[in-house]
Amino acid sequence: MENHLHSIQLLPKPGIHDGDGQRVAEAAQRHLGLRTGRVQSTAVYSVRYPLTAQQLRDFAEQCLQDPVLHEVALNEFRRDPQFQSYILVAKGPGVTDDEGTSAQNALGDFLNQPLDTRTQHIFSKRLYLLEENLPPADLRRLAEELLGNKLINRFEVGPADQIRDFTPRPGTSVDNTTHTIDLNVSDEKLVQLSKDNLYALNLAEMQAVRAYYQLPETQQERQATGLPAEPTDCELEIIAQTWSEHCKHKEFSALINYRNAETGEEYQVDSLFKTYIKDATAEVDRQLRANGNDWLIKVFSDNAGAVRINDESLFVWKVETHNSPSAIDPYGGAITGILGNNRDPLATGIGGARLLFNTNVLCFGNPDYDGPLLTNQLHPRRIFEGVRKGIEDGGNKSGVPTVNGSIIFDDRYAGKPLVYCGTGAVMPMQLAGLDSWEKKIDDGDRIIMAGGRVGKDGIHGATFSSIELDESSPATAVQIGSPITQKLAMDFLILATRRGLIKCSTDNGAGGLSSSVGELAGISGGAVVDLEKVPLKYPGLRPWEIFVSESQERFTLVVEPGKLAEVLALGQEMEVELTDIGYFTADGYLDVRFANAPVARLNMHFLHEGVPRKLMEAEWQKPAAQEPILPPSLDYTDVLHQLLGSLNICSRESVIRQYDHEVKGRTIIKPLMGATGQAPQDAAVVRFNFESWEGVAVSNGILPRFGDLDAYHMSAGAFDEAVRQIIAVGGKLPNLTPGDNIFWSVNDNFCVPDSDFHPVTNPDGKQKLAKLVHMCQALRDATAAYCIPLTSGKDSMKNDFKADGVKISVPPTVLYSMTAKIEDVRRTVTSDFKQAGDVVYLLGRTYDELGGSEFYQLYKELGANVPQVRFAEAKELYTLIGQANDQQLIQSCHDLSDGGLAVALAEATFGDGLGTKIELTGELPLPAQLFSESHSRFVATVAPEDVVAFEKILGNKATRLGVVTNDNFLLVTHQGQLVIEADTEELRQTWTNGPVNQTIGFGEHVMGEGK
Amino acid sequence: MKENMNQFAAVQALILTGFGINCEEEMAAAYRLAGAEATIVHLNQVLHGQVSIHDYDILNFPGGFSFGDDLGSGVVLANKLRYRQTPGGFTLLDDLREFIARGKFVLGICNGFQVLVKLGLLPNLGGNFQPEVTLTHNASGRYEDRWVRLKVNANNRSPFLQGLDSFEVPVRHGEGRLLIPDTATRQHILDQNLNCLTYCDATGCEVTQYPQNPNGADLNCAGLTDTTGQVFGLMPHPEAFLSLYNHPDWARRKRVNKELSEEGDGLKLFRNIVEHVASLPQRSASAPSLQSVETPLH
Repeated sequence: MENHLHSIQLLPKPGIHDGDGQRVAEAAQRHLGLRTGRVQSTAVYSVRYPLTAQQLRDFAEQCLQDPVLHEVALNEFRRDPQFQSYILVAKGPGVTDDEGTSAQNALGDFLNQPLDTRTQHIFSKRLYLLEENLPPADLRRLAEELLGNKLINRFEVGPADQIRDFTPRPGTSVDNTTHTIDLNVSDEKLVQLSKDNLYALNLAEMQAVRAYYQLPETQQERQATGLPAEPTDCELEIIAQTWSEHCKHKEFSALINYRNAETGEEYQVDSLFKTYIKDATAEVDRQLRANGNDWLIKVFSDNAGAVRINDESLFVWKVETHNSPSAIDPYGGAITGILGNNRDPLATGIGGARLLFNTNVLCFGNPDYDGPLLTNQLHPRRIFEGVRKGIEDGGNKSGVPTVNGSIIFDDRYAGKPLVYCGTGAVMPMQLAGLDSWEKKIDDGDRIIMAGGRVGKDGIHGATFSSIELDESSPATAVQIGSPITQKLAMDFLILATRRGLIKCSTDNGAGGLSSSVGELAGISGGAVVDLEKVPLKYPGLRPWEIFVSESQERFTLVVEPGKLAEVLALGQEMEVELTDIGYFTADGYLDVRFANAPVARLNMHFLHEGVPRKLMEAEWQKPAAQEPILPPSLDYTDVLHQLLGSLNICSRESVIRQYDHEVKGRTIIKPLMGATGQAPQDAAVVRFNFESWEGVAVSNGILPRFGDLDAYHMSAGAFDEAVRQIIAVGGKLPNLTPGDNIFWSVNDNFCVPDSDFHPVTNPDGKQKLAKLVHMCQALRDATAAYCIPLTSGKDSMKNDFKADGVKISVPPTVLYSMTAKIEDVRRTVTSDFKQAGDVVYLLGRTYDELGGSEFYQLYKELGANVPQVRFAEAKELYTLIGQANDQQLIQSCHDLSDGGLAVALAEATFGDGLGTKIELTGELPLPAQLFSESHSRFVATVAPEDVVAFEKILGNKATRLGVVTNDNFLLVTHQGQLVIEADTEELRQTWTNGPVNQTIGFGEHVMGEGK
Repeated sequence: MKENMNQFAAVQALILTGFGINCEEEMAAAYRLAGAEATIVHLNQVLHGQVSIHDYDILNFPGGFSFGDDLGSGVVLANKLRYRQTPGGFTLLDDLREFIARGKFVLGICNGFQVLVKLGLLPNLGGNFQPEVTLTHNASGRYEDRWVRLKVNANNRSPFLQGLDSFEVPVRHGEGRLLIPDTATRQHILDQNLNCLTYCDATGCEVTQYPQNPNGADLNCAGLTDTTGQVFGLMPHPEAFLSLYNHPDWARRKRVNKELSEEGDGLKLFRNIVEHVASLPQRSASAPSLQSVETPLH
């Protein structure tokens, strides 16, 4: 054993239930078909620190051991002879080890010493002991599939009498060198260079880079400042990161030649972003302001969008995706997704917003998939479970409630899942007397890195997420999240901004320092950074690696020189590491050094504006589609059960309950409500504070399967879905009356497959791009119709997984994440029926639109009649519902979506065992009345005494369907025939026992009485 | 915090935060709604001697994930309180002993309860502040957020619980299962009515089954006091039920009963303790000088 390396093992005491061990044994059997016998899970801490034998024992027994639960073994691996084989799960060198850090904290407290935090002294591991003597190949499979990820963990396996330990020993080799790269090569080699180095730049972009270095003024400048004529590795990395699709949105800014093959219509789109998003929002803002509604404060120009709640505060809203990282490391990808997204509102403007809630929308392959997997493709169930756990830890451990979300299943997400993370936050209008949303930087301001340290984790995340995944995707792109590190940094930022110590801040996300400093330097006009000062997790990073590493939980802070001492003192007090790494300038250059030797020096204008404009081709060919012929006689009660038990409709309770959806004590409408706690809700509602009843409603609109029929109507429908969910809970459309100050704030997130046409590798690229154009056009039309602005958004353009010659591409997908002000949360409306005798109405009009419906899915049909949004009708209805809510006439309101009217009626009974008696009198065929997914519709109930007033307001927009009953039966008659007769308790059982809860498993006491 | 112009000094609640504690704001809101003054401070302000707990009537350990719960919930924070010395050479545990000896009150919720148990403040049968029971992984093996009903032990010793029979609250934890290692300890707890809160069904009957008992706790126990009744901890979150509108069934209840109070059950506990402390005869002598605290966090 090496000098000072001790080990402490904690084993469960005899008679203490070993839940972790039992879960591993069960999962091995269930997922891998491996019989392990009993499994014992033990914790191991390797301590590389000089301790006396007594100190080691005392530390183990008094700080680590729980005397009720554990036995302690020192400097040995203790095991009962019944265990025949073992798996040791350690973390790889440099991988964030929160548990080890916590143990190190405990040791520092125990010894009353400030332990040198720059060195990791304690390494946490788990040692699993297995009853069966499994061969090493099986043990390794179990380790890699269930116990860790080979990208971040190190495993040792074998017979239990030959346990090998592994303790990371980060390399001490220091390589500070910066190399130059020759760009004067053939086009072919330029492309290869880009691919080999993961620059993700195409030929035109590589040529533009080469041209920059060939300019006489560039050459003169470089000579004068001591830079080599050829680009340095760091410079090319900075350019690649800045020009990445992830950071630069080249395809949303491209010139697109569009052609409709059916009509022959042709036109050119001069940037999707500008044409359909930015200009559309500018028009909405003009209409808002003309009507005295000037709450739109910051759009598209910062880490998150900001709108005004009232004279005191701003609401900040951001939704992003973290798809590629989640595909290769589901837990790590999701947790860094949510923590990374948290940093956006935190570091908007000056910074220091208080996080109010998280949301998440997830798209996965079918968790019950039982076919073969491609090389490096993870099973959809594994991705689902890992992502779910990542969101649990990311939200719960940060103290941010996860107030709603959505999970969509489609086999086309089996290669790359979509992981959308949203965060809402509240920021004072003024921080220490300054407008909180402004970012101001002057020549000479200091650059402070705050939070975690820099390692090799996450190198190339920005460029990596901008390309397709394939079997050789790099391990270093994995990022490790540490919620506790970020929580400390967040607490610090909140306090420091309120004391006026921070001039502004930004998050270190994709692209790391290169991106955060590069973007901030755009404000002052330049920056100087010395990478030698950046604190590292371990030595051995080259300068360029330090600059682009995406190690998590970091902020870049801008501090005036005169406030530096106070900032550093506060950081020390709150145990947040702050490092002064340079300063801002106004000379037009991003200047990066290592120990004062030049590493990179790039013209800011070239860096931010030099990327060549992309030209893309879109061509629309209408797909053939027809309505199906269904079985002649259907048992609609049975169909309803089938729908409620289907993958995309069934209950998500097992997932929802593992998220803390009410920390902070402000969540008013939670995902599941009612006396049963099982009635699904439409939008979440969260109040802002304890002093007023103002709050915000939060919803998600996403309908990818409609895109198979028509991408325009899919996008319009998704937008409407998010709007109507907010209307359902009692929200009101904006700008209906002058100066009503009802803010709406929307984030758009496009996740599409590679839409850049290539005759060999992407032959249907034009069609895919045409779909994207249509989606954007629908977005423009929707924002204009409702006068609802976009405030921020993101696009993810290469959601394909390629391996073994196969490509799995996601369907073109857009998520609209919507928030709207609620003036009084006490007057919001939930979805479940409240009382027998209340009258049930259908609000809005049903059309024969079963195309893409869940009903057709039951018969493996797509159909043709895709639901369309009639914006004018919808707006009129939403306005009237708002008027009815002003008079508190609506007792329950549930929006109609997957499964149509029948499913909505069933879900409305899930709150309290009530029933309903419905008569359908419409002229449409019965399946359409029951299951059509026509947009802009609701099931609402009204107290008998309010019926007259309600019908007077809604007029022919409301169709009386029946009444709420006490007998927990859902009865639907049509033309005198009883067409659905279902026990609502049984419907709820079907819904609750659906495939999602079966996959995740319900909570239950897995063992008998305690002792 | 400046509106208190009563002739009697307001009851002072000190709420610790930092290092992953995350329920401090709702805890402060609870005390403010109950009429007390609430001060949130970073634990280091206490450990570094900038804030003295003795200036306050009630010391509060809110919920959260202190130090990420990496070594077991509450373990690292409890360890810090036991071993880390202030500039004067005392530990916060020393201070806590004195605080309790002066007749003051300590509350721990969720992660705060776990800290009090691991620090040996609860149940503290032996009076020597050594851990006697533990809180560990739920029998379900998972974290859960769900609402439960608690039955109040009629013979409990805590002023927080006076006049309460049963109430509803959310649980939000993965490690809330109380384990009592031996029958003697269990008997002592029962004999002295330290198991002040029990998971029960809608009718108030104690239950063992999931999900009414969400974690499989011994004695179906959701909360403990020490033998003085001054230290009180519980897994569920009364500070998350300050208003009717926190309850998942608020909309139906309000529809059925239009006269329903807008206050949540959880607020009653805070009203109880604030009233109790305000009524203590010796209190006026120890009224704190809040102005001496330079940096309340919020």
